[in-house]
Amino acid sequence: MALTGIQIFKLLPKTNCKECGEPTCLAFAMKLAAGKAELASCPYVSDEAKEQLSEASAPPIRGVVIGTGDNSIKVGEELVLYRHEKTFVNPTAIAILIEDSMSDDEIKGKIDQLNNNTYERVGLILKAHLAALRCKSGDAAKFKALVEKVSGMTSDGLILISDSADVIKEAVSVCADKKPLICGATKDTADAFAAIAKESKVPVAIKGSIDDVIEITQKMTAAGIKDIVIDADEASYKDTIKNQIIIRRAALKKKFRPLGFPTISFACDMTDDKLFETTLAAGLINKYAGIVVVSEIDPPSVLALTVNRMNIYTDPQRPMVMDQGVYEFNNPDANSPLLITTNFALTYFIVSAEIEASRVPAWLLIMDTEGMSVLTAWSAGKFVADAMAPFVLKSGISDKLGHKNIIIPGYVAQLSGEFQEELGSEWEVAVGPREAGDIPKYLRKLAGI
Amino acid sequence: MAFDIPKETYSGAIREVIIGEGDKAVTIGGQNAMTLCGFEGEFPNRPKIAMEVYDERPENWAEAVMEPFADVIDDPVKWALKNVNEYGAQIICLQLSSTDPNTKDTSPDAAAQLAKSIAQAISVPLVVYGSGNVEKDVAVLKKVAEVCEGKNLLLGPVVEENYRQIGAAAIAFKHCIAAQTPIDVNMAKQLNILLENLGVPPDKIVIDPSTGALGYGIEYSYSVMERDRLAALSQNDAKMQMPIICDMGKEAWKARESKIPLDEEPTYGDITKRGLLWETVTAMDLLMAGADILVMRHPKSVDVIKKIINDMF
Ligand code: SF4
Repeated sequence: MALTGIQIFKLLPKTNCKECGEPTCLAFAMKLAAGKAELASCPYVSDEAKEQLSEASAPPIRGVVIGTGDNSIKVGEELVLYRHEKTFVNPTAIAILIEDSMSDDEIKGKIDQLNNNTYERVGLILKAHLAALRCKSGDAAKFKALVEKVSGMTSDGLILISDSADVIKEAVSVCADKKPLICGATKDTADAFAAIAKESKVPVAIKGSIDDVIEITQKMTAAGIKDIVIDADEASYKDTIKNQIIIRRAALKKKFRPLGFPTISFACDMTDDKLFETTLAAGLINKYAGIVVVSEIDPPSVLALTVNRMNIYTDPQRPMVMDQGVYEFNNPDANSPLLITTNFALTYFIVSAEIEASRVPAWLLIMDTEGMSVLTAWSAGKFVADAMAPFVLKSGISDKLGHKNIIIPGYVAQLSGEFQEELGSEWEVAVGPREAGDIPKYLRKLAGI
Repeated sequence: MAFDIPKETYSGAIREVIIGEGDKAVTIGGQNAMTLCGFEGEFPNRPKIAMEVYDERPENWAEAVMEPFADVIDDPVKWALKNVNEYGAQIICLQLSSTDPNTKDTSPDAAAQLAKSIAQAISVPLVVYGSGNVEKDVAVLKKVAEVCEGKNLLLGPVVEENYRQIGAAAIAFKHCIAAQTPIDVNMAKQLNILLENLGVPPDKIVIDPSTGALGYGIEYSYSVMERDRLAALSQNDAKMQMPIICDMGKEAWKARESKIPLDEEPTYGDITKRGLLWETVTAMDLLMAGADILVMRHPKSVDVIKKIINDMF
């Protein structure tokens, strides 16, 4: 919630001493409000004014960091309700639930999944990021042992879950340096949790109805605790999503500080059916959860959740792109056909999936068209004969081929003649299918299968 | 301190569209708030799931999604009945893929007879989708409209290049239309205007925004559908107040992740679960973005999404 120039002016010394380089305090205040000056330029602002000003310039939803070093993860700091307005900022952290009632094998299995189930897509790493450890036994020593054990097995961040502040206190004592999220304070335990959060400098999650949450965050904020995460899960999924929407709206539209924190949601507690659970977790990624705790991160679940997260958190203005170059499918050789298309990631995904499915070995040239699809790039003059021909000739593909045939997308059939001319007479341009779905049939026919 | 829920006010509402006739009829649309915002509006009709039936034995489907239909795969009428009676389909979507002139080129007459047999056999409404071949769909859907007069089918995909002919047939034989455009708010609006100018009543039009799948453009569908809905509800744009159908089952099951066997991608895990999740998560995204009808394929993913619809709306 940015302050106006006048509001800032009221906090300045009003001596017009000019040391900030501005003629008056008011002029300085106006520049500050416009983001064109730094508060530090005025040597005379009081500490109290500094505090108020930094508070006012803080993001409407606090950013909270869990973990330390390379594996730390930040949630919150979101700025919009709908992704078409502006890119969502900090992707939802996915946490795997581990309980102290589980066997050693089970625990090891979960941690292996956390450490190993990692995928790459358009240059991005897709994985779950947190281990959520829950004390089910009620036994502080047993839980502490679990925390120690898991700490040694993964460098990912931790969430420590128990209703008992005593249990949490014990557990934090062995991992405070990892900056775990402690979870979750209620109205009744808020003071005890706040004391731990303050002493060990760890973020704290709180839970309850929206009214309870507001009461607790206000209390904690007054006690100097800033890193808060809200658990506003309800018995029904509908009400859980409703709370997510209300919290985001209140923070952004009403600048309501007591709800200006990232959220955590426990998909793991919503059902026993894994398919159902993962689908609910995907919905929570869409509707604003900062952290989603799930009971399963086997490869299919990680793929579905992280690809969904990537899709929802991509920049809506800028298309994802592939690197320009030569791509191989199904182990091609010198006789395999050559296709060309644009570097719009979606075009690439769809075309490559079909080539792969055809089982026909093939080469694919991906040309940099600034992320435009075939038709758009063609009408923008980027996927046109006099740009494509030099790219093909310089791509080095000729060295790999025993032929000089190239297949263009059916949608740009009209450029085949000119492309042929630009490439030179030893090349032969063929027009492929319009829809990617027809590629397998086309390639199989070409290969005589 | 008392906290007032920050509510939005909406100036528009989505039109109700009825598909099917008599006691088979189903109503979609009617809501007057953004999806999931039941606390500030009415949602008189839950989203519905239409299950696919093909007019030919599907090629290149993942094993996992062939299996539930193994005994009916060569008999579309039985397939439709199984979807309704065993798998709880609320609507059937007949995909006339074999009418494509580049494949079997099944005649409009044969396609229309099949549509009629299915419409008569099942106790739920019928959506009929052509192969997507712009010219052939005219002949096929015109015939379907005629032969199934009075059944109040939902016919699609109707596109800018063929809306006149199919629109005229829908008016004459009283069917609904699924108006399909590339993923774009203005193009959807433009086609709705053209259809209305042709004389198609607005409560006979459903928007088909062209749907991507998880990992394959779902983010475009998600945002365009949200913007479609904001136009209809917040800006009260009468030309956008139609319910939305997402023909998504085929997209989800076409994804590489749904199809590639474990021996070719050893780190991808169980192929069946992958396919199912690809379909349920795609469906979840589209539901949350505002879909009123989801066209789905696998009975298990249908189960999951049905449960979620009951929890969420
Ligand atoms: S340095 Fe501070 S006190 Fe001096 S004129 Fe600038 S704002 Fe005012």
